[in-house]
Amino acid sequence: MTIAEIPSSYINGLIGGSLIGLGSLLGLLASGKIPGISGIFGRLLRPTSGDSLWRVVYLLGLISGGAICFYSVESAATFRIPEGRNSLLVFAIAGLFVGFGTRLGGGCTSGHGVCGMGLGSRDSIVATLTFMAAGFVTVAVWNAFT
Amino acid sequence: MKKLLVIFIAGLLFGAGLAVSGMTDPARVIGFLDLFGNWDATLAFVMGGALIVFGLGVYLLRKKGVCLFGNAVPKGESDPICRNLIVGAILFGIGWGIGGFCPGPAIANLAAWQTEALIFVPMMAVGMFLAQRIFGVDR
Repeated sequence: MTIAEIPSSYINGLIGGSLIGLGSLLGLLASGKIPGISGIFGRLLRPTSGDSLWRVVYLLGLISGGAICFYSVESAATFRIPEGRNSLLVFAIAGLFVGFGTRLGGGCTSGHGVCGMGLGSRDSIVATLTFMAAGFVTVAVWNAFT
Repeated sequence: MKKLLVIFIAGLLFGAGLAVSGMTDPARVIGFLDLFGNWDATLAFVMGGALIVFGLGVYLLRKKGVCLFGNAVPKGESDPICRNLIVGAILFGIGWGIGGFCPGPAIANLAAWQTEALIFVPMMAVGMFLAQRIFGVDR
């Protein structure tokens, strides 16, 4: 495979991934906490005093960063509903599972997958392998029945 | 104030990274989870890039003992691997495989006012609220 044959999505993935890593690193340094999105968002639902403002600011930054790229980078604006999932009920159910699961499991793709694994935490490695395996199985089952 | 500005920039980088990497496109995420079908490896490159930058950064900062605003770099001690961790990760993985959204990309998609995200995020909040209500914020 020559460089020209590498899918552009892989290159964009590496660049975007690096930005995700940098943002997480800076978030960790400035907050002194593991800046996983599910933890940041979830703890806002049960606020403790003096600990909410930075979470709101981080999420506002996240939304702003997304907005800037959606409107300025053509490939970033791609939004496709996966096959067979053209129903808002599907996304409602998915949201419930993701919300409940990430808070019960103590992290999501960013908290366990990037920060926890990057810090070398054994529980995060186990969690990441588990939610990936569950995702693989879910899609395989979904495809088998639709 | 300075701390909040840095936090905002951190969020900005994170959100930009999600969008640039294609992770805000649910079909691309499902493409990665479709291991036995038409597999799309992009998500592996995203995680790889993020882990290299984050891991290297943590390594260097720890070595130098650098901190910002009085915070040291967290040690990353592992919590015990308990049933809640496994069950939670499985439930998260199921939801991820259903919608192709994890929390970050879903929240970022609020910026594009995507209907799916506008449904997903409040329902995610409900799920989080319930889990925290039943099991506590720190499990």
